[in-house]
Amino acid sequence: MELLLDIALLALLLVTAISIAWIKDLFAAAMLAGIYGLLSAGFFMTMGAVDVAFTEAAVGAGISPLLILLTLALCGRYQRPDRNRARLATALVITVGALLISATTDMPFFGDANAPAHVHVAPHYIHQSMSEIGIPNIVTSVLASYRGFDTFGEVVVIFTAGLGVLSLLMETSAQPGRAIVHTQVEQQSRDIVLRVVAKVLIAPIMLYALYVQFHGEYGPGGGFQAGVIFAVGFILYSMVFGLDAARRVASHGLVQVLSATGVLIFGCTGLLSFASGKNFLDYSALAGNSVTGQHIGIIVIELGVGITVASVMIMIAYLFTGQLRNREAELATDRHQEIPAGAPARSTSTMHSLEQGAG
Amino acid sequence: MIDSILHYTSGLLLLLGCFFMLTGAVGLLRFPNFYARMHAAGITDTLATLLVISGLMLTAGWSLALFKLALIMLFIFFTSPTASHALARSAQLSTLKLTYVPAERTQEKDQQAQSRMGSKPGSDIEVETTDGSSV
Repeated sequence: MELLLDIALLALLLVTAISIAWIKDLFAAAMLAGIYGLLSAGFFMTMGAVDVAFTEAAVGAGISPLLILLTLALCGRYQRPDRNRARLATALVITVGALLISATTDMPFFGDANAPAHVHVAPHYIHQSMSEIGIPNIVTSVLASYRGFDTFGEVVVIFTAGLGVLSLLMETSAQPGRAIVHTQVEQQSRDIVLRVVAKVLIAPIMLYALYVQFHGEYGPGGGFQAGVIFAVGFILYSMVFGLDAARRVASHGLVQVLSATGVLIFGCTGLLSFASGKNFLDYSALAGNSVTGQHIGIIVIELGVGITVASVMIMIAYLFTGQLRNREAELATDRHQEIPAGAPARSTSTMHSLEQGAG
Repeated sequence: MIDSILHYTSGLLLLLGCFFMLTGAVGLLRFPNFYARMHAAGITDTLATLLVISGLMLTAGWSLALFKLALIMLFIFFTSPTASHALARSAQLSTLKLTYVPAERTQEKDQQAQSRMGSKPGSDIEVETTDGSSV
């Protein structure tokens, strides 16, 4: 039964991956990418990696198709055919794929007890985690405490990505000069059903994000997943009620400040343990009792991770939506004289399907 | 006694759910235009998910899993129809409109359809056959 499930999931993964590469319509490719994320989440689930599956479901199936779709709304739905580049890419993919497949022969068998991953530091984590860190979810204790420095690096990477998007897209969206034109499409997309359902759903989504954030020590979850879920709730709000309404709740500046604050919280926790004479990010220095210190440290740094991830995602969505709106306003003013209605319909459909993806 | 009843009911619900999911998939592949496909997908999706989750709830018994499944069911009960609605609405706002064709023009077609299918003419709504194959 397990084998059948594995085969089915892997076959579907393969089919999805090939069709992503094959398909010309990038919109469909984005949707397929979401499906790919969901399938991999299912696959990780059957392998027993619940935390990874959760992250994959939130990131791979949730927010990354959303961001890809926002990008597509800006730069068009169809790929420009380029034979040479396609050949080059195929050759590259085949070479790398062949290398990877040949490398798998050197890998230990699946579940091999003597595999390096199982004899190096993993036994220590598994056996000592409860007495040293004192939380039931070993994954969280490894991520947040034993490998805290790596996680710090990941958070900095996300922050840097946010900075990159900010520096690329900030200029045009920062100028408040153009009067906000409510295009016909934008007004029509404010649909009553969507608004009511979004209003009903946003509060539970946020609550669930907080649950995932603070339950990460006991069950699957943690700052990354919680941040993404929180951001999805927020993006849903900004899509249904408009960018301005979302910006009234959390202004652009606030989101920027928060994205840095999360990294600062993480780093300062490390510095604090530095100051009390222990190693960087050794949380046992934070309280008299070393286990209590670990608890406090993990909660604080997970909070930092959650804040950074959520605000970077919200910031990216703000920037993209701002660009999109500028584009739509330009289109509307350009075509106002000739075709009064319904010209930029494509982007509305994208917005709607985005909404659907978030739900 | 109760256990076996629960067992068989949940099995029946799961089977029904799988059946409806399958019919939805067949409809998605076979129906002629976007709106019909969406209809097949949307309705069977909601119904089948509800059936599958209720079947799982029966096997879960009184536990935390039951509560979580109930929450998931509630969530899907809200989101799935809304997603279908948003999809149809955005199609309506884009180039994939359901167009209102005046009755005189479609009369002949209706009569043909009537003679072919042996049923009374439906509405005077005709779906523009712009292909939405990507959905």
